[in-house]
Amino acid sequence: MPSPHTNPDVSALAPAPGLEEWHLDLHAQGARRDEAVERLHGLLLRAARFEVFRRGGSLRRLTAAELDELAQDAAADAAVSVLRRLGDFRGESSFRTWAYKFALLEASVKVRRRAWRDREVSLEPEHWERLPHAGPGPEDDVESAALLEAVRDGIGTALTPRQRLVLVSVVLEGVPIDVLAERLGSNRNALYKMLHDARRRLRAHVAAAGFPEGSA
Amino acid sequence: MSGPDLDPTLLLRLLGSDDPELDCDECFEQLDRYVELELAGAPADALVPGLRAHLVGCPACAEEHESLGALLDVDSVT
Repeated sequence: MPSPHTNPDVSALAPAPGLEEWHLDLHAQGARRDEAVERLHGLLLRAARFEVFRRGGSLRRLTAAELDELAQDAAADAAVSVLRRLGDFRGESSFRTWAYKFALLEASVKVRRRAWRDREVSLEPEHWERLPHAGPGPEDDVESAALLEAVRDGIGTALTPRQRLVLVSVVLEGVPIDVLAERLGSNRNALYKMLHDARRRLRAHVAAAGFPEGSA
Repeated sequence: MSGPDLDPTLLLRLLGSDDPELDCDECFEQLDRYVELELAGAPADALVPGLRAHLVGCPACAEEHESLGALLDVDSVT
């Protein structure tokens, strides 16, 4: 499958560290380990900078130095995670790819939280009433309007208040799930499970209203 | 009440699908393997079932998937 990814400007990035057995020294002691940790940090900083500058459009008010500080923080946090979880690496990918994902996670979460730091997240579940309406028109639009009405009714009646809040915030308000988790004192995985349950309830409600699976 | 025009992906994002899917933690565990399989042209969706469905439903994990692929793309040409 061809890669769907596009390459951003990476002229500011250091070259990728070479391959690959050096990571075994992370299990060693003394100078060998210190050297490997330094190399790991370089790898993670490369990934964190890549992510921060790739997503930096949401942080236009930050200077390049502030963006780099964000990347440095992400790399440091990722290094802690990688070193703590070294035993989980089973070689199902290259070590470099495995380590990169920790830095990308830390960096992307920091970027999203920073972008939303001064933005209010509405915890008012009534906002689902802003769900768009299909306009008048051909038969398909009439069908869409009826389906939307069933969805709107389901959001109002079939979900728990917490499920409604998570669904409306993430899907309709575009609040990043990490940001919502932080505001609610929860975590991404727990909120995603709640979102998943909300969607399942909503599908059941819509099916009971006469719209078979696949109507969407 | 009238509202904004209907985004064609909105119903899918609201309703999700019945397809089995991983959660965020499981997605993170498998993401490195999945992306390498994708880049190698291997049948990633068959070898890591449930991850694609999760990416469709979770914008945050989808961003990280996209970034990991993009970074490996960059590495492959530098």
